[in-house]
Amino acid sequence: MLKIIDLHAKINEKEILKGINLEIKAGEVHAIMGPNGSGKSTLAAVLAGREIFNVTKGEIIFNGKNLLEMPPEDRARAGIFLGFQYPIEIPGVSMVSFMKTAVNEARKYKNLPPYSSSDFLKLMREKIALVEIDSKLTNRSVNEGFSGGEKKKNEIFQMAMLEPTLAILDETDSGLDIDALKIVSNGVNKLKNKDNATIIITHYQRLLDYIVPDFVHVLYNGKIVKSSGKELAFELEEKGYDWIKNEKL
Amino acid sequence: MPEVVEKKDIMSTYLKLFNENIDKISVASSPIINKFRNSAIQDFEKKDIPSKKNENYKYLDLKTAFDNKYNYYFNQSRIQVNLDEVFRCDVPEMDTESIILINGWYGDKINKLQKIEGKAIIGSLLEAAKQYPDLFEKYYSKSKNLEKESLVSLNTAFAADGIFFYVPDNVVLEKPIQIINLLISEEDTFAQPRNLFVIGKNSQAKIIICDHTLSASKFLSNSVLEVFQEENSVFDIYNLQNEHNGASKVASVFFNQNTKSKLLSNIITLHGGVVRNNVYVNIDGEHCESNLYGLYLSDKWQNVDNYTYISHNKPNCTSNQFYKGILDDASIGAFNGKIYVSRDAQKTSAYQANNNILLTNDAKINSKPQLEIYADDVKCSHGATSGQIDENALFYLRSRGISEKEARFLLLYAFTNEIIKEIKVEVLRDRINNLVDKRLRGELTRCNSCVINCC
Repeated sequence: MLKIIDLHAKINEKEILKGINLEIKAGEVHAIMGPNGSGKSTLAAVLAGREIFNVTKGEIIFNGKNLLEMPPEDRARAGIFLGFQYPIEIPGVSMVSFMKTAVNEARKYKNLPPYSSSDFLKLMREKIALVEIDSKLTNRSVNEGFSGGEKKKNEIFQMAMLEPTLAILDETDSGLDIDALKIVSNGVNKLKNKDNATIIITHYQRLLDYIVPDFVHVLYNGKIVKSSGKELAFELEEKGYDWIKNEKL
Repeated sequence: MPEVVEKKDIMSTYLKLFNENIDKISVASSPIINKFRNSAIQDFEKKDIPSKKNENYKYLDLKTAFDNKYNYYFNQSRIQVNLDEVFRCDVPEMDTESIILINGWYGDKINKLQKIEGKAIIGSLLEAAKQYPDLFEKYYSKSKNLEKESLVSLNTAFAADGIFFYVPDNVVLEKPIQIINLLISEEDTFAQPRNLFVIGKNSQAKIIICDHTLSASKFLSNSVLEVFQEENSVFDIYNLQNEHNGASKVASVFFNQNTKSKLLSNIITLHGGVVRNNVYVNIDGEHCESNLYGLYLSDKWQNVDNYTYISHNKPNCTSNQFYKGILDDASIGAFNGKIYVSRDAQKTSAYQANNNILLTNDAKINSKPQLEIYADDVKCSHGATSGQIDENALFYLRSRGISEKEARFLLLYAFTNEIIKEIKVEVLRDRINNLVDKRLRGELTRCNSCVINCC
């Protein structure tokens, strides 16, 4: 599904990603862990098409398409979803019109007719139930005045609405209490199937108690320095990141 | 033929126009209006047309607008407009008979004054001066701050007609009243409507004024509106400005608030070449509330300039000002808001905010708050911002599959929403939402059902 080959990226002349290689197949859950500043969020942003990062070398192939040539909106329509670490508040844009525009744009991309208002509202009700968010949130402006937990739940709700092939969840667990964490991870687990894949970017092992990864990668200093099964997460939790840093040295 | 303003020295042109027509104007008018004319023209001559040297007009070019050969209609009969043919406004539930002004004159030649809901009166200013001289004299040209604007003096000197609106004490008008202010002429035309509204004790009313141009000629309009709000009255006024870009307008409004009165003013400027809005609020009673909103969307060479002056003279009053603008191309905007709090106006709360989005490097906004506070126990704040579209928000929307163009539109639309949501008349809010939507998409903003292309 996704193949990242020797990816280098910089911002303001500072190189952040220094040769990432990663392959993800349908049905898999990958966790990317690593200390602060290792490049985890940059990798997520580059995958989603954030233009402030300058890709200097490498390739990203997503279902046969060269992702780096696509603007962010086309990546989204093709099935990439980025769950933001800090979801943006957009006062004045209602959740309903936001999601309706987004869902119908994706349908247009796939040559499907747009949803009628009633079909759309029905879909929304289904997804609200699926991810267990408060339906009142969808009557408000996008993220405006939402608590940290509500914002993260709203990301999962949007993911449920857009049904991406590849979801990248950037530090979705940060700032969540245990109840919110359960709701968020339940949502992710329910949305998982054999045809889609998930990349979970996290600092802590805690989230991986709820969403069990098939692979764990450690990103350090712009490179993936270690890849293994889920047991790696426990090792990291126990020993911290220093042993990896030391191992590298 | 209508009278013609020669293009020469600008001031002498207008003085000549006055001197040559003062007899004609006065004979047709009322002594109550006439008695202000001579001192007004002298005041205008002394103060001149505001230039950029005037601190309050620093960013506005009015000379060019005044320096043109205009026709001036000195009476109503010369204007031939078949309103049924040219203008139909169908904002639903706006069920009052539309009140129409044509080039500053009251449109209906037969029913010059009409009753609203059996209680209030609306109609021709001139007719009201004749039929209700006592009431008229009590208020006409009695607003505070009139002397601050030389162009108000010019209007007073020439004042002929406009809208008179009177709501007696203890009357609550359920439905909003719409005034359609039309400029239409084959020749370049100068119009000076003079309006007077009185909202009686414990009374409530809502007025919507829509400004349109119906022909491609150049227009200059210099309007004055005086509003008197008696004790405990509630008045909402919405002004939709949608004239073509060859039109220049100076609209001066003077609100006079008595004890416990509540005011809401919302001015939405979509089109118009040169637009200057002067809003003066004189708070002369305790426990008043004044809310002033404004939204301006400008492009090309438009020059939209909003000036506010709120004078807190009594304690325990609140004023809020919230103006927002989106400026595209080489358009220039200004917001100049003054809050004056007198020594006696303790416990005043006065807030002011002006936020702008500049879409190009050539667009300019000049935002200038001015606070003049003489009381010591007050809460005042002001803030001005100008910037571009928020790139983080733009990326967020795009990352959900929304195209860049649509995402920009959504963000701009959302930006305007904070002002539009303050419109309390739902049908009008929907209509303005629709017009702003079209305006932001670069489409014409004529109302759907209107057969005339106003801009």
